[in-house]
Amino acid sequence: MSETPPRRVRVTSPRTGAARAQRVPPAREIDAQTLLGEVYMSSLLRSQLRLALLALGAVAVFVGGIPLVFWLLPDLARIEVLAVPLPWLLLAFAVYPFLFGIGWLYVRAAERNERDFADVLERS
Amino acid sequence: MTAAGYSVLGVTAVFVATLAVGAYGWRFSRTTSDFFVASRTVRPGLNASAIGGEYLSAASFLGVAGLVLAFGTEMLWYPVGWTAGYLVLLVLVAAPLRRSGAYTLPDFAESRLESRGVRRLSALLVVAIGWLYLMPQFQGAGIALAATTGTGPWLGGVLVATVVLVNVLFGGMRSITFVQAFQYWLKLTALLFPLLFMVGIWLGDGGISPASVDVGDAGPAGDSWVSPLAGTDHELYTTYSIIIATFLGTMGLPHVVVRFYTNPDGAAARRTTLFVLALLGVFYLLPPVYGGLGRLYAPDLVASGRTESLVLELPARMLAGTLGDLLSALTTAGAFAAFLSTSSGLTVAVAGVISQDVLGRRFGGVRAFQAGAVVAVLVPLGLALAAEGVGVAQAVGLAFAFAASTFCPLLVLGIWWRRLTDVGAIAGMVVGGGCAGGAVIATLLGVAPVGWPGALLGQPAAWTVPLAFLVMVGVSLATPRRLPPHAARTMVRLHTPEAVQLDRGTPPR
Repeated sequence: MSETPPRRVRVTSPRTGAARAQRVPPAREIDAQTLLGEVYMSSLLRSQLRLALLALGAVAVFVGGIPLVFWLLPDLARIEVLAVPLPWLLLAFAVYPFLFGIGWLYVRAAERNERDFADVLERS
Repeated sequence: MTAAGYSVLGVTAVFVATLAVGAYGWRFSRTTSDFFVASRTVRPGLNASAIGGEYLSAASFLGVAGLVLAFGTEMLWYPVGWTAGYLVLLVLVAAPLRRSGAYTLPDFAESRLESRGVRRLSALLVVAIGWLYLMPQFQGAGIALAATTGTGPWLGGVLVATVVLVNVLFGGMRSITFVQAFQYWLKLTALLFPLLFMVGIWLGDGGISPASVDVGDAGPAGDSWVSPLAGTDHELYTTYSIIIATFLGTMGLPHVVVRFYTNPDGAAARRTTLFVLALLGVFYLLPPVYGGLGRLYAPDLVASGRTESLVLELPARMLAGTLGDLLSALTTAGAFAAFLSTSSGLTVAVAGVISQDVLGRRFGGVRAFQAGAVVAVLVPLGLALAAEGVGVAQAVGLAFAFAASTFCPLLVLGIWWRRLTDVGAIAGMVVGGGCAGGAVIATLLGVAPVGWPGALLGQPAAWTVPLAFLVMVGVSLATPRRLPPHAARTMVRLHTPEAVQLDRGTPPR
């Protein structure tokens, strides 16, 4: 009887038939309307809606507030800036650059949101 | 040459230029897509000029200055609201509406809610708002031509209708885009150039503040002229109602919405709208100055009730001789550019809906569009000739309140709230449109009571718009079984950037 122990054999499995943990691209999650796809979509929607409401809120406060302020403090209407009455200055001139500024900031932010969304979908 | 001679020359030049610029566009118009949406290849700069040209109607060009002369600072809420309406449109509607891939408002309604009923109701409302808005354009053209050249009041409307029809019949949207871009710049020049001379004269006279003069019994005194609140009773309510109607009504005007389909993609639609905000802001700086100067140099127009012709008459009053006559002819030409461009845009929008929803089954494509255009022009022209003037500003105000109470909730909820159902949309539009329409018709017929009910009926938007939203949300929540089956897919189409490869379902046609 030989004293040499039998050679040790390492038993491994190629695991060829086993399922791999596969990464599904987010675009396909959205196409298949899975729960995860819904999460991607509703996060895009929520960020865009929050941005829109922010812009509208700014307009509502600063432009929509004008009648209320002049109603509460009618004497403000007598103030003149460079010989122009204050209400006239606000409504005939100042309001247009303000509206454009809000629009400009909104477009930049909305395009950034969309770029972020596209990045998330294309990274994986 | 007489003052009337110069005006005739100016108006003729506008008609000829409009047809010539339109003819330049005819060469490109071959396919159905050209006719409806200029094949969706219009760049933001050109498209924004076209939107500005189309949007600045007679109410902006003639009405604002006249209203400011007669009523004062509170009337500045109209131009402010018409501009802010574009900001609301930009943040809530512009990009998703373009991405929806629809041609017209009824197309959008049908593809979002997957219902023929919503489509039919939307088509009806588009035609109603369009005709409501076209009628005062034709009437205004008649009044303006009669005031400056002494012709019969019917001639101006017929001339404008004819030129519009020729351009639309031969060129559709492609040709109209060029015409309207040209007309924005024409309108801006026509107001700005005379103003440079007139402000010079005003400064030479000592630069007196318009608020400091007393114009007699007909106009308000200086203090109330400067106040930014509308009317005398219930002024806070009336002011906010005007704000709601104009801020939210813009997105529901059919000729405004149809323009968004001509952008290449959603991002371009946003940039176009931002461009429009700038163009409108520049333009609306000018008419109030006419109103202020009018209070100093033409206060008798208030007493005689002809404030709408202020822009046409002021240059000739402030500048003696040929120069004044020439500048007055220029503003008259600008006014006709306003009539032509707004009527063209409305005709394209209404013709698109008539041809798709009424005539589409009998004729095809371009032929149906042309037949639709004839109907779209002839009916309001007939109404304008038959009905005695309702007043340009009044009819336009009605159109805004009506649009804010019907299409605004449909667009906003359709784009941002996935639980909207077709039954909810129909209920909301019927209730909102019924209340707003009924209220203003009651005011126009003069059967409205005085006091609070009168104020509520005279400017209904502050209660009809929230009511329409509430009904639309409430009925939608009560009919969850009517949820459109592909709502989730439609939301993907409306909100995701085009660069991302996604299944967006089938866009309408």
